[in-house]
Amino acid sequence: MAPSGSPKGSLEPKASASPMDRLAGLALAPVHLIMGLADKPLRAWQKRTGIGGMALFFLAPNMLIFGMFVLLPIVINIVYSLTGGTALFLSERSFVGLDQYRQLFNCANYLDAMTCQEDAFWTSLDNTFWFVVLQVTLMILASLITALILNRELAARSFWRAVFFFPVLLSPVVVGLIWKWILQRQGLLNFTLLPFGFEPHTWLSDRGFAFGAAVGVSIWAHMGFYTLILLAGLQAIPKDLYEAAQMDGTRPARIFWRITLPLLMPNLLVVVVLALIKAVQVFDEVFILTGGGPGTSTLFLTQYIYETGFVSQPRNAGLAAAASILMGLVLVVLTLIQLGVGRKNEAKGKR
Amino acid sequence: MGNARGFLTRRKGGKGWHWTDIVTWVWLIGGLIVMFGPAVWLTFSSFKTPAALAEFPPSILPYVTQQVKVDGYEKPLALFEAKMPDGSTQVLAEVRRVGIVAQMVDPKAPGQIIRVNIADRQPVREIAFATENYTKPFTQFDFVQYLWNSVFVTVTATLITLIVNSMAAFALSKYEFKGRNAAMLVILATLMVPLSVILVPLYSIISTVGLFNNLWGVILPTVATPTGVFILRQYMLTIPDELIDAARMDKASEWQIYWRIILPLTAPALAVLAIFSVVWRWNDFLWPLIVLSRRELYTLQVGLSIYSGELNVQWHYILAMTVVTMIPVVLVFIFLQRFITTGIAGSGLK
Repeated sequence: MAPSGSPKGSLEPKASASPMDRLAGLALAPVHLIMGLADKPLRAWQKRTGIGGMALFFLAPNMLIFGMFVLLPIVINIVYSLTGGTALFLSERSFVGLDQYRQLFNCANYLDAMTCQEDAFWTSLDNTFWFVVLQVTLMILASLITALILNRELAARSFWRAVFFFPVLLSPVVVGLIWKWILQRQGLLNFTLLPFGFEPHTWLSDRGFAFGAAVGVSIWAHMGFYTLILLAGLQAIPKDLYEAAQMDGTRPARIFWRITLPLLMPNLLVVVVLALIKAVQVFDEVFILTGGGPGTSTLFLTQYIYETGFVSQPRNAGLAAAASILMGLVLVVLTLIQLGVGRKNEAKGKR
Repeated sequence: MGNARGFLTRRKGGKGWHWTDIVTWVWLIGGLIVMFGPAVWLTFSSFKTPAALAEFPPSILPYVTQQVKVDGYEKPLALFEAKMPDGSTQVLAEVRRVGIVAQMVDPKAPGQIIRVNIADRQPVREIAFATENYTKPFTQFDFVQYLWNSVFVTVTATLITLIVNSMAAFALSKYEFKGRNAAMLVILATLMVPLSVILVPLYSIISTVGLFNNLWGVILPTVATPTGVFILRQYMLTIPDELIDAARMDKASEWQIYWRIILPLTAPALAVLAIFSVVWRWNDFLWPLIVLSRRELYTLQVGLSIYSGELNVQWHYILAMTVVTMIPVVLVFIFLQRFITTGIAGSGLK
């Protein structure tokens, strides 16, 4: 490109840059100024402390925020779970030992949530368990099918990939409201079912349907993400394997079971564990969609913790902390499994 | 004709349609409808008047019943197309409805009341976009404030995320120092600790430092994302150390190396993190819900959820504001979706 109109003798290296670049340069000017001003004291600091001090300087903000808002809360959480009372601040709370856990686990019959002292906890646990089982199974299945289809020779593949990814970006509140609107009595679902002779139904006030809707909506919202990972895994499978199988006249079903699935297994495992970790924490979209109801049919663990700790009167921070620690333990186990799976994959890759 | 059909259905390699092709297209078209349909439906609905929203079966496009001003009546009357006893149809305005009989008048001759069975009349309707669904929440409710809060939180949190995480990533990728592995491990471990596990203590810490009911209380706990450090560090590891050594020989300070050499070279990864961060912070719900309890501090997400949880849900406003909440994310989707999808596929991070 000819550097037309650039000022003669300008020392600026980007004198011929487009107006867009110039605008960006202008916008960045204050940033450069601040960064330049910060240089002097930092140079002095570097002189005094050397590279080690600079490393500390670069790490400090992140570590400070981590420490204060992640690590400290973990420690405090354990302390909280050992205290009772309704006060918020730890200094005003009394030590009760394992009472909160005892209260959570105080059940006449563990198979029946209603016989427990904290029946809401056990109901939410039960709901979460079934939610996790159903949501993860169905979602992985749907994601796998979608990924397999997107992996075929397809016109405009990136468009179709984007189609399934779209809901992933939507906020849980928006997702919840969209589906609440569709599932209500005058909603789109009843309208669609009308020609088939179904009477309008208020779906979300039906216990079974509300739970099904929670599962379905969360699959709708998240499957695109897992599809992407699985698709990446599928595309990493060497094409010559398929060509060889085709030359041998292998049936497609056999190709799937013998080539695709085994080679996709590492990705599939990672995706399953990721989905499990996410599903255990289900809250936002279901909370907006059903509010945990009707009754307690869609009350999940996170909502139980939220309501015990922040909504119920009096607030019971100790009980909420104890419940959240139990949930945290489940997540730690799942994460360790994930790390283990990842490491095994890596080891395999090296071999 | 046969040729055209052959052309339309021809396949690569000259083979005919296999059943898997049919499954593929059914799945894809179905996916298109299921994934986009709800959002599109919501957007159409958001332009309807409350009366049109309460209608069943609903119309797809926003219609309103035409109204007309008739002499002798204070309010405008709704227009209907009525079937007269003699079989002709006539456009009449409805005065009132008694049981199954509507009392109607001819707008041109308003003197005489005509009784029509309500089964024999159809409203005269036209397409109209109820834009007041959008303007009213902004002018009469606090939604401008919510929008501003959301924008403030998103922009500030993203900027801080980029600076803080890139600094940490620089130290963790380009320096050898004691405790580096420990720092890495700490950051990794926090990946395991989702917000829902530390709700109670985090809330008490935020209250202790006086950030309860403060937008900074929403921003600060989220800015040091392990994911961010991870993406940036992986990227910075690919920048050759020789560049840094050369800069040191030219007497550049470490700080200059960071912002004049490393940051510009990390721009692609920074862009990915920025996109992620914007979407995350814009969509955040549970934490803002806990930290913000004063109406004027709500973010859009919290405001929406509170309004939609009210006993008397004003769906026409909720729908419109849901669309507004969706807009930034849809823009990100349209213009930057390629970045995100390749970013996720490459790193497996959300």
